[in-house]
Amino acid sequence: MPNMSLKRNEMPVQEPNIRNKNFDEVALGYTAEQAIDEAQRCLNCKNKPCVGGCPVKIYIPAFIEKVAAGEFEEAYKIISESSSLPAVCGRVCPQENQCEGKCVRGIKGEPVAIGRLERFVADYHNANSIAEVELPKQNGHKVAVIGSGPSGLTCAGDLAKKGYKVTVFEALHTAGGVLVYGIPEFRLPKAIVEKEIEGLRKIGVDIETNIVIGKTVSIDELMTEFGFEAVFIGSGAGLPKFMSIPGENLKCVYSANEFLTRINLMKAYRDGSSTPIQHAKKVAVVGGGNVAMDAARCAKRLGAEVYIVYRRSMDELPARREEVEHAEEEGIIFKTLCNPVEILGDEGGCVRGMRCIEMELGEPDASGRRRPVEKAGSDFELDVDCVIMALGTSPNPLIKSTTSGLETQKWGGIVADENGLTSREGVYAGGDAVTGAATVILAMGAGKNAASAIDEYLSNK
Amino acid sequence: MYKIVRKQVLNPTVTLMEIDAPMVARKAEPGQFIILRTDENGERIPLTIADYDRVKGTVTIIFQIVGATTEKLNRLGEGECIHDFVGPLGQKTETEGLRKVAVVGGGVGCAIAYPIAKKLFNMGCEVHTIAGFRSRDLVILEDEFRACSSKFVLMSDDGSAGEKGLVTDALKKLIESGEKYDEVITIGPLIMMKFVCKLTKEYGVKTVASMNPIMIDGTGMCGGCRLTVGGQTKFACVDGPDFDGHEIDFDEAISRSNIYKPFERKAHEDTCNLFNMEVK
Repeated sequence: MPNMSLKRNEMPVQEPNIRNKNFDEVALGYTAEQAIDEAQRCLNCKNKPCVGGCPVKIYIPAFIEKVAAGEFEEAYKIISESSSLPAVCGRVCPQENQCEGKCVRGIKGEPVAIGRLERFVADYHNANSIAEVELPKQNGHKVAVIGSGPSGLTCAGDLAKKGYKVTVFEALHTAGGVLVYGIPEFRLPKAIVEKEIEGLRKIGVDIETNIVIGKTVSIDELMTEFGFEAVFIGSGAGLPKFMSIPGENLKCVYSANEFLTRINLMKAYRDGSSTPIQHAKKVAVVGGGNVAMDAARCAKRLGAEVYIVYRRSMDELPARREEVEHAEEEGIIFKTLCNPVEILGDEGGCVRGMRCIEMELGEPDASGRRRPVEKAGSDFELDVDCVIMALGTSPNPLIKSTTSGLETQKWGGIVADENGLTSREGVYAGGDAVTGAATVILAMGAGKNAASAIDEYLSNK
Repeated sequence: MYKIVRKQVLNPTVTLMEIDAPMVARKAEPGQFIILRTDENGERIPLTIADYDRVKGTVTIIFQIVGATTEKLNRLGEGECIHDFVGPLGQKTETEGLRKVAVVGGGVGCAIAYPIAKKLFNMGCEVHTIAGFRSRDLVILEDEFRACSSKFVLMSDDGSAGEKGLVTDALKKLIESGEKYDEVITIGPLIMMKFVCKLTKEYGVKTVASMNPIMIDGTGMCGGCRLTVGGQTKFACVDGPDFDGHEIDFDEAISRSNIYKPFERKAHEDTCNLFNMEVK
């Protein structure tokens, strides 16, 4: 008999006023009892719309059935048939727009907490599994994967399981891409990412850090001199955007990328870290996406009073609802319908304030959202000593400029078909490098598609 | 891990290291840089490539001990390893078509100026080198520069080596004596490069300055290394490190370079204290 409660099991979390002073994970995860109780809310309905909402097509009702029966390891096996990073996805996927958004229990009441169950299963497996991983039978083909973020890791994992010899090339000193430099510890503990990457190493994936493709070695050289028969480009969208307003090059103006990289990758928040970060008193984060929320919540944890400055209203914030709620609970102040026009500096060249102008919403623009327009004469000064620009990112031109015959869009995205095939034979691409900044799970979906396309290409070659 | 195959103390504050890094050596060109981390908790610091040997697969770096990381790096000996070493990054120095060039180096910047001077000399360009140091005991690469320069002027702040004065004094003298340069290439402290560029602008001599701002990734990702060049924002890591010296906003670059000065000073002191305690 299913659990017909209209409400899902609440996720246990750290108290807002405690967690906004530490970098430990905010959500604490379900207990086994909570997981079983929540799993029993699934009706195992005939149409299974949740599966259609999942970019990597996890067979959701089947794994939930196993959770309801208390067979957690069996549930893990079902998830891992489709996803190579379940502990990550259970934490950072926007489930409300995907699996959970389609759940029939959501029509009247709250949808089944699929993401939380996925996280529970993956954490259970990571804590309890002692099963030895078998090295897949090798087929002798070599594939190079560029970038060790979500799309690259997924592509590498799928190909390795099929017997390919995969080498992942990473420009930074640590593998994981945005999972390690971008998403903060309190949303995605780095030990979890390491564990998932360790899993890939065990099935034979080689990870070469400190190699910048396009600088250290080019794609053409990988395919001619180094014997790789196919290449997957999952180099992400790493290039930060700025506003081109006066004062943007003052000290204590950061791109969100720089601010988050100093904190997440270089651990600048820890005492005794060898990488410095400015401990500002009042911080303005410009932008309204998930990255802006991450930057704001990091700045809060470093002890600052933090504003989100966003030109549209609360309803248009592109960040996940849950992230906005967490940020509000932690004391982040939202200055919406507000846009910076100039950053003001003191005589030492540091930020001393930001001049902003109030906005109002006009007619809808090309994106369908109402366009913000300035209210004449409404400008005012915001008292801050640090500004973080979280305005989005675009793909890095390094690969385009060093790979002959690789077509890109005007804005820098690599042109690829639905299987990830680019304008170059044997060269595939996916994730943010193709779409521009999007989500972890979409990148994983693209990595997965490209892996099957590469398998088909090399099997028929 | 990247092995230190040779270590040489050039002067009390400047050290040379030849590093086993074949993937970097196969592509390195003068003017490009690497980023290294000494240990698994170290910060990432950029250093310009001083030399490379494609056959041996090594890259040479020359660094001045100025902070905690260079202090830690300097404590490593031959046979020991550097944790991370990535490159070559940035654009190479453009040398095509140059027939007569003045290379102006200051302090440890001479270490970066040297491979460029050597490359120019080897391609048949006439090279005049002006090298400035605070005093005699800090002079590096004098013989090497002499070997590849048809004119070599040594300057020092206190007159203990070569002539007493600034590199700009020597450059001005050469230009006024009628030397016509296709280009001046300058590498050294920001304040020195600022005044070299100011001088050459007056004489209308094209000048390229090699910038070395604070950066993290070195691939265009963080934007920490941004500079204003000709009114536009440029990333030194991917657009540079060389830029038209007459277009660089040096005052902004100088201001941005000192953002972490108090932190760096403390980190350096802490590191020195730690080493001293270990010695005791």
